[in-house]
Amino acid sequence: MSPTDATAEGIALPTREQQAAQADNVDSRGRLLAADGTPLKASLKRALRREKMRAFMLVVPLLAFIMITFIAPIGQMLTRSVENEIVPTTIPATIAALADYDASTGEAPDDPVFEALFFEMFLAAELKEHTKLGTRLNYETQGMSSLFRGAGREMDDFGEPYQEFLEDEISDDWDTAAYWTTLMTTKEGGTPATALTDAVRARIEAMTEDSLVAEMPIEVRREMADLLPRTAIAYTEFLLATVNVEEDDPLEEEPWEAVHAALAVDLADPAIRAEAQTYSGAGAELLNRAAGRADEMPPLDFKAKFLDDDEDWVDPEIWGTLQQYSGMQTAGYYLAAVDRAYSPTGDIVDADVPIYLTLFWRTLLLSVTITGTCLLLGYPIAWLLSNLPTRTSNLLLILVLLPFWTSLLVRTSAWIVLLQQQGVINDILVWIGLVGDDNRLAMMFNETGTVVAMTHILLPFMILPLYSVMKTIPPSYLRAAKSLGATNSTAFWRVYFPQTVPGIGAGAILVFILAIGYYITPELVGGTSGIFISNRIAYHISTSLNWGLAAALGSLLLVAVLVLYWLYDKIVGIDNVKLG
Amino acid sequence: MAALPPYATTGERVWWYSFRVICGLIFFFLIAPIMVIIPLSFNASDFFTFTPEMLAFDAEGYSLKHYEDFFTDDDWQAALWNSVTIAPMATLISVSLGTLAAIGLSQSHIPFRGAIMAILISPMIVPLILTATAMYFFYSRPFGFSDLSIQGTYWSVVLAHAALGVPFVIITVTATLVGFDRSLTRAAASMGADPVTTFFRVQMPLIVPGVISGGLFAFITSFDEVVVVLFMGSAEQRTLPWQMFTGLREQISPTILAVATILVAISIALLTTVELLRRRSERLRGMSPG
Repeated sequence: MSPTDATAEGIALPTREQQAAQADNVDSRGRLLAADGTPLKASLKRALRREKMRAFMLVVPLLAFIMITFIAPIGQMLTRSVENEIVPTTIPATIAALADYDASTGEAPDDPVFEALFFEMFLAAELKEHTKLGTRLNYETQGMSSLFRGAGREMDDFGEPYQEFLEDEISDDWDTAAYWTTLMTTKEGGTPATALTDAVRARIEAMTEDSLVAEMPIEVRREMADLLPRTAIAYTEFLLATVNVEEDDPLEEEPWEAVHAALAVDLADPAIRAEAQTYSGAGAELLNRAAGRADEMPPLDFKAKFLDDDEDWVDPEIWGTLQQYSGMQTAGYYLAAVDRAYSPTGDIVDADVPIYLTLFWRTLLLSVTITGTCLLLGYPIAWLLSNLPTRTSNLLLILVLLPFWTSLLVRTSAWIVLLQQQGVINDILVWIGLVGDDNRLAMMFNETGTVVAMTHILLPFMILPLYSVMKTIPPSYLRAAKSLGATNSTAFWRVYFPQTVPGIGAGAILVFILAIGYYITPELVGGTSGIFISNRIAYHISTSLNWGLAAALGSLLLVAVLVLYWLYDKIVGIDNVKLG
Repeated sequence: MAALPPYATTGERVWWYSFRVICGLIFFFLIAPIMVIIPLSFNASDFFTFTPEMLAFDAEGYSLKHYEDFFTDDDWQAALWNSVTIAPMATLISVSLGTLAAIGLSQSHIPFRGAIMAILISPMIVPLILTATAMYFFYSRPFGFSDLSIQGTYWSVVLAHAALGVPFVIITVTATLVGFDRSLTRAAASMGADPVTTFFRVQMPLIVPGVISGGLFAFITSFDEVVVVLFMGSAEQRTLPWQMFTGLREQISPTILAVATILVAISIALLTTVELLRRRSERLRGMSPG
């Protein structure tokens, strides 16, 4: 009989259940209970969760603030880099008609495309949106801005012959608001064509990026929407634009020429013409007569009208460009940002003048140079500061911190004072006699100015991380290396330098991140050869107004910075950023 | 590098002295540009450089006229007023939200700490030109509603500057909280203080140096910020840096140097305050002898 058996049979140890029965802080399944009777484990977990929640609640206000005031704007701006809504919202039918067009044939598209373009340009010109479209397309093909602007002025003339025919040959009433409202709208009763109104409303809202809120006094009748489809659309566009955008009374305004032209288009269809001749609703008489003489209407040759206005409309490049940029999104801005473009036939080709790759390359090169000079100047200073007695080093540290605390513009203006042709440095050099008065050095408005001023501005960002790393390296290591026979340079390169690498990494990445996105200093001292990609972004935002390209350039810059930021977090940790 | 040992060789001596000279030159490079504008701001003529009278220390060569110009010119005074009304409000927002968040972030149980930190620090990292343009577009049409536009108003600049100041507050306050003894808050709680009382009576007085230096960083960030104002601010919101920037780009006048000198004086005052606070805080926590 083994001792174990004796224990098992002889002295019965209390089982877990029995233990539970004895102590009231354990439940029937043997789990420890908290004072309120819940299992301790769950209770602790809940307490921890509550603590987590409380810590998180402290962070939430700031997180929400940053999300709304910073992250959301950045995100919204990045969407601009692919946004192309203006083309498909302004001329959707034209783009649809262009679907089968092939720019490589060298021919202009056929009449239906021009017809669609006429009606859409007419509306866009009335809403004053056609110039925006022209400006947008001009980024892709030079000359489209003036082409669209010119055509916008001609739209009334294009529609005038149809209006004159109806007015002169049929009845003066064709030129009155009263007759048109009787014929087309619910003024004298009838079912409104709600679906049509809603569709046109949505289109105008998309085009103007504004909501149309005004109450409509009258609407187009469904009967007319079925009988004269093209006219009904044009008339609805007229109604909505008049009431909402021009804020006039549609009962008093005579309709656009486009409405007359639309009637001509409708009546050119034999089936519609036949129905219109037998139409018997409100305003029937004049419509019947117009339909009866539809053969005599001026010809529907919209293509000829456009070509007559400007023969550039025959250029297949125009239509190819329209076709390439017909989607709601486009990669075109990104292509432009790397000096590429879509050809009218849809291939990706090199841009005529490469600008941006050179500029990215220069930004990179200058940032590396600035980081390098900062390291070169910062390393000895950090070493000196970390090896002097605390009192002295604290005093010298102030010399590093003062520039850090001084306004960026103060430092930049100081460098302008020093570097310009009539500036302090040139004066001193002339006074010493190193350079002649008539060939003073050009140290500003070129790369030199940018590198010197930015090295000065960013140097503290290199010294401070280096200093905080070097302070933790015991000087005894160097002495130990020397006592073991290392020469000065071996001791430095094999023992000291490797230990400062984290500081070099921290300082270099920080300086590089800040340098690559710099704007103010290059703008003021960089001239044309010392500017960065940021300056080009600013130019597109405030001068050329090509915001899509600015956003594309910006997002490429942002990606570069975020990669470096991630690297910094991996190497240094964001928590270890030190400020003074 | 404390002192040159008596057994140093000639080469070591030469190196020791030349190293000090090199360091001296670098310090000169750091400080001289800032110092050179101070005498120039007292220039009696409208030049950006030293006149012969100034070099001869002739009293005729010096004058306070650029300062007078700064204090009497309406544009400069409006800019000064805008700067001193925008910066404190931006600082207030970033310090109050930032301190709360830093306290939350310093607790060990906070989930997604790394990601949250990365987001909160990002306004410091993202190039200012992107921030400025993004905010310009966003505040013109927040979430796509042009009715909500606050573009060009006082508050748009304040909100933008508050966001830019946040990273500095987070960094300084979390750094102060690293040395904070958590048992103090527990002790306060065990003696019956509610969390609000504990915060204001126990935790706040101890971390206040960090909060103040964070606030000063946020203040100087806003006070010195030009890119966002340049893109977002309307004519009514032009600040001192805005005025200096356009002045440097268009019509260079030595009034800029007078303003610069005043700003340097302000920086020296701020720097001194931050240094004193940092030393006090380190002394309290027993981290530094000095």
